[in-house]
Amino acid sequence: MIGVLARLGRTVLGSLANVGRIAIFAGETVSHLMRPPFYTREFLQALVQIGWLSLPVVGLTALFTGGALALQIYAGGARFNAEAVVPSIVAIGMVRELGPVLGGLMVAARVASSIAAEIGTMKVTEQIDALVTLSTNPMKYLTLPRVLAATLAVPVLVAVGDSIGILGGWIVGVTRLDFNSATYLRNTVDFLETWDVASGLVKGAVFGFLVALMGCYHGMQSGRGAQGVGRATKSAVVAASVLILAANYILTELFFSA
Amino acid sequence: MITLTDVHKAFGSNHVLRGVNLEVSTGTSCVIIGGSGTGKSVLLKCVLGLVTLDSGTITVDDVPVQDGDRDAFLARFGMLFQGGALFDSLPVWQNVAFRLMRGALKRPKAEAREIAIEKLRRVGLSPDVAEKFPAELSGGMQKRVSLARAIAAEPEIIFFDEPTTGLDPIMSGVINDLIREIVTEMGATAMTITHDMTSVRAIADTVAMLHGGKIRWVGPVGQLDESGDAYVDQFIHGRPEGPIETLR
Repeated sequence: MIGVLARLGRTVLGSLANVGRIAIFAGETVSHLMRPPFYTREFLQALVQIGWLSLPVVGLTALFTGGALALQIYAGGARFNAEAVVPSIVAIGMVRELGPVLGGLMVAARVASSIAAEIGTMKVTEQIDALVTLSTNPMKYLTLPRVLAATLAVPVLVAVGDSIGILGGWIVGVTRLDFNSATYLRNTVDFLETWDVASGLVKGAVFGFLVALMGCYHGMQSGRGAQGVGRATKSAVVAASVLILAANYILTELFFSA
Repeated sequence: MITLTDVHKAFGSNHVLRGVNLEVSTGTSCVIIGGSGTGKSVLLKCVLGLVTLDSGTITVDDVPVQDGDRDAFLARFGMLFQGGALFDSLPVWQNVAFRLMRGALKRPKAEAREIAIEKLRRVGLSPDVAEKFPAELSGGMQKRVSLARAIAAEPEIIFFDEPTTGLDPIMSGVINDLIREIVTEMGATAMTITHDMTSVRAIADTVAMLHGGKIRWVGPVGQLDESGDAYVDQFIHGRPEGPIETLR
């Protein structure tokens, strides 16, 4: 019994220590925003890698999700003779919830894994040590550009994803559900409020920060060898995904609870 | 002068360094030998501040390594890592000129590139290598690029971590000669870790043997064969029998 409790205690303490380490890592990353030098080239490269190259996967995810959402709402709405709400619910559902969450999760899968694998490999091949000996702070050179780029790029990806998701709903609505195109678009625009869109973009920024932070943190903590890098990559994706869903709930409570 | 006094370092229950004392005089080349896993690389990393000491002191020219401006301190060093540690995402010339393109030693891009090509030439690589990426080079070429990066900013102190590991005997000879020439030419202080006894004899002014977490023997390279120490004797002759335990 005491052995079980001891193991439980060790697990809890280990988890708390991990949370503390991540908080310190996040604080240190943010603090480098205020202190030069800044590596503009690395930031722009990260922006392309994280933002531009994630567009196809985020766009496709949004397109299919918007279409499926329209079909589901139409089928569900038919039970209450409320088929007309399809455009507005698709729009609100996409911009408030599905756009940021699915966009964030797709970016987590694509970006957190690649950041963790890249930095983890750099660690095991002593490239991080080499950076230090070349008078370059790895937090400034590797972490800050990626975290900043993700924080700025993911809201843009979310905005594009929202638009493509609504487009997906419109395509299905017009071609499969016999909606009038102009009416569908008018209903979409009329029912959307600025805060619906803005709240989704804020969520996107938070998710982007979390994704890049988890990628960098787990990469920097990577163990030795291929197994160590593999474990770091897996941990980064799992942690980023769980944190996105947890943060989504907290932000939804903050933004929309009565 | 680099001075290590009673340096201790443990990783969990593994006490790697148990009171290392060593002095490396300015302008000399000290080679540290010792079995695998005896803490030689950790020792170099302690001097650079990449690994924090548990206790003891390390000074460079009487200034403790943890004191003062870190960037200025590191600007005095160059290091060749065991695996090269070249940055995969950068072409060769940007690897070599890395320090010259940012921070206190920053130069205009064209000048940094020119210096990089000059350093590549110094280590026997042609200018057309400059635009290649590290993954396109052989192991020996990567070592040379790493050597060029280590000397690019003309540091006062250069560390070489197993510079010839994984290279054929001819390439090892080339690297050894380069290191000796560069150290002599630049008047730099050098600390080298190696298992390769040919390298030891080619590079060293003094040799120190690390065993059991302590410096077991230190002396001029000329006295290595008459050290009178059974551990050194076993190591330099590669004998399985002797005081150094080997796993069978």
